[in-house]
Amino acid sequence: MYVDFPTDDGLVRAVNGVDLSIAEDEVLGLIGESGCGKSVLGLSIIRLLQEDVIFKGDILYRGENLYLIEKEDMRKLRGKEIGMIPQNPGSSLNPVLTVGSQIAEPLMLHKHVKGSLAVKMAEKLLERVRIGDPQKRVKDYPHQYSGGMKERAVIAMGIASEPRFIIADEPTKGLDVTVKRNIVKLLKEISEKKTMLIITHDLGVAEKVCDRIAVMYAGELVEVSPAALMFEKQLHPYTGGFFNSLPSRGLKPIKGSSPSLIDPPQGCRFHPRCNYCSDRCRTEHPPMIEKNGRLVRCFLYA
Amino acid sequence: MLEVSGLKKTFTSGIISRTRIKALDGVSLYIKKGETLGVVGESGSGKSTLGQCILRLIEPAEGKIIFNGTDLTALDNKALNSIRPGMQMIFQDPDSSLDPRMTIGQSIAEPLKLKGNGGEMVKNRINELIRKVGLGPEHVSRFPHQLSGGQNQRVVIARVLALEPVFIVADEPTASLDVSVQAQILNLLKDLKEEYALTMLFISHDLELMKHMCDRVAVMYRGKIVETGKIDDIFQSPLHPYTELLLVGDTDVEVDNSGCGKAVETACSYYQECPSRSKICLTEKPELKELTNNHLVACHHALKKRVPESYRDECEDKTDAVIIQPPV
Repeated sequence: MYVDFPTDDGLVRAVNGVDLSIAEDEVLGLIGESGCGKSVLGLSIIRLLQEDVIFKGDILYRGENLYLIEKEDMRKLRGKEIGMIPQNPGSSLNPVLTVGSQIAEPLMLHKHVKGSLAVKMAEKLLERVRIGDPQKRVKDYPHQYSGGMKERAVIAMGIASEPRFIIADEPTKGLDVTVKRNIVKLLKEISEKKTMLIITHDLGVAEKVCDRIAVMYAGELVEVSPAALMFEKQLHPYTGGFFNSLPSRGLKPIKGSSPSLIDPPQGCRFHPRCNYCSDRCRTEHPPMIEKNGRLVRCFLYA
Repeated sequence: MLEVSGLKKTFTSGIISRTRIKALDGVSLYIKKGETLGVVGESGSGKSTLGQCILRLIEPAEGKIIFNGTDLTALDNKALNSIRPGMQMIFQDPDSSLDPRMTIGQSIAEPLKLKGNGGEMVKNRINELIRKVGLGPEHVSRFPHQLSGGQNQRVVIARVLALEPVFIVADEPTASLDVSVQAQILNLLKDLKEEYALTMLFISHDLELMKHMCDRVAVMYRGKIVETGKIDDIFQSPLHPYTELLLVGDTDVEVDNSGCGKAVETACSYYQECPSRSKICLTEKPELKELTNNHLVACHHALKKRVPESYRDECEDKTDAVIIQPPV
C-alpha cells in the first residue's frame, strides 16, 4: 500500500509500500511515533482519506478488494463489518447530541432498529463498557462525560453493530494513568472475541492487548513480530531505540528526529539516526527480511 | 528556597447553580535549593493550579508562599515583577506557549529585551541559548509552525533560560510529545538543571517519569497532598492507598472513576474509592503526618501499620463502611 498527499511543498509519502495481514481473531498493534503514517494506514483501510490523496495498492477484506467496490457498498461495510474507534473522543463526539443517540445511530442505520429500542440498546452498550448509571448517562451530552468516559462512549459506538473487525486509533491518548488502565482492560475484553487493529504509540497498551506488533517508521514497516517476542528482544535498531526511550526502560532517547516524509533519507530511512549504520545502509534500501518467524527491515539480519 | 503553607484556591462555576471546586485545599510543601520536587496526580487533582499559584499566575485565596525569604502573596505587582524573572514556568503545550507570528529568535529575544539588553548582546545570547537547548542557528529565523513539537518545547526552554531563573515550574512539559522526543526533552531538562543548579517543581501524572526527574514527590488527590516523601521511599513503600493504585502496573485493578468531579464531603476525600476505608475515615479528617524520616502521609490506615494496637482496632472496623452516592 502507498499513500501520498499532495502539498505545496511536494508529495508527502505517508505510507510507502506497506504489506500487512491480520488473521481472524488476531489483535495487531501498529506502533510508531506521530507522523510515521500509522493513522493514515488505519484510515485508508476503511477508505476515509480525503479525496485528493493518491492511493496505490490493494486492501482485501475477507477476499474482497475494498478499493474496487462502490462507495455506497463501502458505507454499508463501515460501522457494520468494520468498526472504528476514532482518535480523540473529545472531538469525535457531536457536542449537540446526547451520547445515547450517537451510539444508537449505527444501530438504526445498520441493524434497522427503531428509535426507542436503539436507545435501550445504547444503554446496554454503555453498561457493557462499564459506565455507571447507564439509564441516566445515556441522556447526557458529551461535555457531561469525563475524558475516560468519552473514550468508553466511542468504544461503545465502535462495537455497537457488532462488527467483525475493529480499528482503534490511539484509544488511550491523553488519558490519566488510572483511567488508561481501565480502558486497556476494556479493550482486552473486547479483543477476545474480535479481530482488531490497534494503532498506538503506547507500548504498555500494545503489550497488554496485542498478539502481534508491527512497528512503523517514516511510512514503512520496519519490524513485525509476535508481541511477546518483541518485548523480549527488539530486532530493528529503531524498535530498540523506541523501547529504550520509555521512562521504565531507562529514558534513553534516539538521537536526531524523524525525517521529513517529503524527502526521506536515501537507503535505509533510519540510517541517519542509527548506531549500527554501515555504508550499505546509506545507499541501499533494505528489504523485509524474515528471521525466525519475525520480519525485520535491516541489513544486520541479511 | 521555597516554602508553601496552607495554600487554598476555590473556583466557582455556573451562573444559576453555583458549584464550587476546591482546586487547592490547604497545600503545604517546601523545596530546597537545587532540589526537584515532583507533583503527581490525575487530571483535576489541582496540580497545575498549584504550580500556577506558586508563581502567582493564579491568585491563591489563602496561604503563604515564601520564596527565598520573601512572602510572594504579600507583594504588589511591581515588587512581584522584580522577582518573577527568577521564577519561570514551562507549560504543557509548547505550540500554544509561543507566539505563532514571532520567529523563534524574536520569541527568545523578548524576555532578553525586557531585561534591558540590546543589539549585539541579544544576538549573541540567542545563539548561545539556542545551542544550549540543542537547536542550530538556522532555527532562529523560523516560525513555530515550521518546527516539531519537541523542537518548540526546546525553544520554550531556551526562552525560560534567557532570564536566568533559579526556580522553574515544569507543568507536564512532555505531555504532548512522543516517547522518544519525551526522553530527549527530559534529559535536556536534567542536564540544564545540573548546569545551572536550578530548583524545580515538576508536575506530571506519570510516576515513572518522576523516578528519573525528581528527588522528592508529592502525591495530590482532589486538591490535597496525600503523601510526600523521597522518591525511593514512595516507590519502595507507598503508604497511601491512592499512591499504591498509581504504582500498580497490572491492569486488573478496576478503578471507579464514575464519581469523578462530584466530590461528596467526606472527612477523607479518598473515601469512596479507597479499598480499605472504614468508619474513622468518615468522621475524622486524616492529617498529613510524618511516619518515617521525611515520609508524610494523610491516611488513617497507613498510620495503623505503625501505631499502637488500640488505634489499629478502631481502623479495622470495616463493617460500618458505607458507600455514599454522589448527589444527583
